[in-house]
Amino acid sequence: MTAHNFETSATNTWCPGCGNFPLLNAVKTVLKELSEGESPTRPENLVMVAGIGCHGKIADYLNINSFYSIHGRVLPVATGIKLANPDLEVIGFAGDGDAYGEGLEHLIFAAKRNVDITVIVHNNRVYSLTTGQFSPTSPPGFPGRSTPAGSPEVPLNPLELLLASGATFLARGFSSQPEQMKEIIREAINHRGFALVDILQVCVTFYNLHKYYAERVYTVEDHDPGDYFQALQKIREWDYGASSGGEEQEKIPLGILYKKEAPTFGQRLSAGGGGSKSATPADREALIEKILANNI
Amino acid sequence: MATKELVARTGNEAMAEAMRQINPDVVAAYPITPATEIVQLFSAYVADGLVDTEFVTVESEHSAMSACVGASTAGARVMTGTSSQGLILMAEILYIAAGLRCPIVLAEVNRALSSPINIHCDHSDTMSVRDSGWIQIFSENSQEAYDNMIQAVRIAEHMDVRLPVMVTTDGFIISHGLEAISLLEDKEVQDFIGPYKAAYSLLDVEKPITVGGLDFTDFYFEHRRQTAEAMQNAKKVILDVGREFGEKFGRSYGFFEGYKLEDAEIALVLLGSTAGTARVAVDQLRAAGVKCGLLKLRVFRPFPAAELAEALKHLKAIAVMDRSDSLSTAGGPLFTDVRSALYDLPERPAIVNYIYGLGGRDITVEDLEGIYRELQRISGGGQVQETIQYLGVRE
Repeated sequence: MTAHNFETSATNTWCPGCGNFPLLNAVKTVLKELSEGESPTRPENLVMVAGIGCHGKIADYLNINSFYSIHGRVLPVATGIKLANPDLEVIGFAGDGDAYGEGLEHLIFAAKRNVDITVIVHNNRVYSLTTGQFSPTSPPGFPGRSTPAGSPEVPLNPLELLLASGATFLARGFSSQPEQMKEIIREAINHRGFALVDILQVCVTFYNLHKYYAERVYTVEDHDPGDYFQALQKIREWDYGASSGGEEQEKIPLGILYKKEAPTFGQRLSAGGGGSKSATPADREALIEKILANNI
Repeated sequence: MATKELVARTGNEAMAEAMRQINPDVVAAYPITPATEIVQLFSAYVADGLVDTEFVTVESEHSAMSACVGASTAGARVMTGTSSQGLILMAEILYIAAGLRCPIVLAEVNRALSSPINIHCDHSDTMSVRDSGWIQIFSENSQEAYDNMIQAVRIAEHMDVRLPVMVTTDGFIISHGLEAISLLEDKEVQDFIGPYKAAYSLLDVEKPITVGGLDFTDFYFEHRRQTAEAMQNAKKVILDVGREFGEKFGRSYGFFEGYKLEDAEIALVLLGSTAGTARVAVDQLRAAGVKCGLLKLRVFRPFPAAELAEALKHLKAIAVMDRSDSLSTAGGPLFTDVRSALYDLPERPAIVNYIYGLGGRDITVEDLEGIYRELQRISGGGQVQETIQYLGVRE
């Protein structure tokens, strides 16, 4: 069997130096490993869902099944795909304006339900596709193009919100640290339950925080991600500049900050009798064969 | 009469400039291509202290229109801008704005709707909310976009109307196309629109009101009927405001504009920027002796049915150009309305429909000449072969 080629022929239109490149490469590496390991995931069983924003173009740059959804709606689509066929590995790609803004309610409900999907947020803390407005994670006073006198809002801490909402895997990476991104993304995909990876993705054009992050990030050590309160403490250690405005010498913890085993939404549905009657993968394969047999 | 030196402005810049001069109390908006720039430019005016506006940056278009409704019912003069998916995400609140009789003015940049995703011009977004109770005014170019924004405030706020107005431009073609336009003085704009006087205000604690109360079988129907009456009233107000604008500033506006229409035998009926292309086609064919004309519709809601019938009744054949498709199989939204308007004429022109330019597909002078040639054939006694056609699409 020849190895699956995750590359596509689409011309990449991200800006040179964009933090999306190392993120895309990290994802490709992890998916390649997954498809070649001891119990490989078939590439055709990988599905990505993208939102709208610069990140969304990833649908064109990664050769797996893709659903290019609309702004803010990655999570409902990803949830539907996972529930329809739990054998699929569903990975959502979203932006901060996308998942933490217009589609925030969906993110909270996906976490609350513990849907067994992975969501990778390209958190560049600015609306880049529309050329530089402040986003839900921009620091106070951010001089975005819709807020030239400075954003009047404080950022939300998405990890804190999602911890409270019931997410069972929370991690933070940095687009300039590709090896760590790979580790986190690998763990997130392997996690059974709702996994959210907040990637501090540098937008070189509208909000270049490379140096800012490089001076502040560190990898968590002696941290028990299974301990809710330790996780909360680590997650609150940096509040996206909400209190400091980004001026202080704060430290930004990276790594897996929270991880817990809990029944997934699919499991609860099956247990409650409301889920798929095709309980085993073999049953589902048979059902899919039946559905596909009716295709044109 | 003001005759100003010409300045170069894109459609978005022209609309933002009008908003600066109107100086609304509240603007709430969310970014979306290709309308982002309008509100973004306006945010700079806010930051520079050039306007007195409370500028609210929100988390979605649904929230933007909700904030606009809240501000309007508090008694503020309110404006916003959006496009495409943003407009249809607002749809729930667009109906509420009209039902609550909020005279909000919205700068709308026409763009295709998903799926498939596309950021370029067609009229699907605006057409999708044509029955929401909003007055809809289309613009051919930056000048009209600017003039329409200023008139929209007067129309929306007229006591016989009190309905929201969306002024549209065509995405990228007008919104990002640089044109020479004439601007008014700030004072001229302020004098023209006058101060806003709210009929009711949530801020008036001496006269408490309920907004959006439950309205079941007892009065809901009457309230909807009142909204229909307001839309009817808007027809006179639109004409009065367009005439007064012309008297003061030299550019008059009506429901529509004819071009070489009076003695024409065949004509196109269309909306927006394609009118400019059509004029060139008309001129070229007129030079070759073809008696063709053009009717550019400016006001789509309220729909000036009787006036259109009067303006089109002498024609032998008409092609209605729809830059959106209703997918009804009975033609585009402009076509069905125009054809219905002609129904009571004792002698009706032959009428065909072309769906064109979806997702920004270019429309050329040659395309339109081809349509005029087809109308010539029909007016000469030829049969209409296909009433509804998709112009230039690969099939």
